Amino acid sequence: MSLMTPLNRVLGLGTAKGAAEHWWLQRVTAVALLPLGLWLAYELLTLQSYEYASVVAWVREPVASILLILLVVAAGYHSALGIQVVIEDYVTGKGSRAATLIASTLAHFGLTVAAVFAVLKVSFGS
Amino acid sequence: MWLSSLHRITGLLLSLGAVTLAVWLVSLASGREAFGAVSAVVGSAWFKPLLVGWTFCFFFHLCNGVRHLAWDAGRGFDPKQIRASGWTVVVVTVVATAAFSYAAIL
Repeated sequence: MSLMTPLNRVLGLGTAKGAAEHWWLQRVTAVALLPLGLWLAYELLTLQSYEYASVVAWVREPVASILLILLVVAAGYHSALGIQVVIEDYVTGKGSRAATLIASTLAHFGLTVAAVFAVLKVSFGS
Repeated sequence: MWLSSLHRITGLLLSLGAVTLAVWLVSLASGREAFGAVSAVVGSAWFKPLLVGWTFCFFFHLCNGVRHLAWDAGRGFDPKQIRASGWTVVVVTVVATAAFSYAAIL
């Protein structure tokens, strides 16, 4: 016996699958990336130098760490959703499409986690 | 219109730029030596065209993205408005790319 309600069992099974959520999250991450992207551009523009010590000092500022993590997560999510659409448009074989989608998801997840970890390590490092 | 294709192309290229950003951050976390090695590549003369290209992609995708969000909200569909906002995107992108490239890359 399933504890799922009949409605919950069929949600997302139509042709559109999770399209509405996909569409919405693409926009939400876009809205997040507007200020975050402009902030990064401003920071890169005003950074004293691109020497190791200077970049570390910048990343270690709490506000910079937080905004960098938010940026990396939003960008990773936005990119994953966007590339998914491109794959679905151009990769036609059922198997190759699934393989490409899985590879893209894993790459996005891996790189996002790596970047977040990097910021945290610099931020908390001695 | 061709700006629409450019939105997708710049988006794809920005994903590659984001990979570079991730590599840069991971090298920073890996220490002075690793950061120096990545900086030597990113700061080299042959890499500058890529940085300028990504700057262009960034400003175009951002400006045109605002245009798409306005359309999602049901605004700016008049052919006149579409042409005007399209040209605004092109001009702002070119000016911002030139300014940022001049100040931070070249």
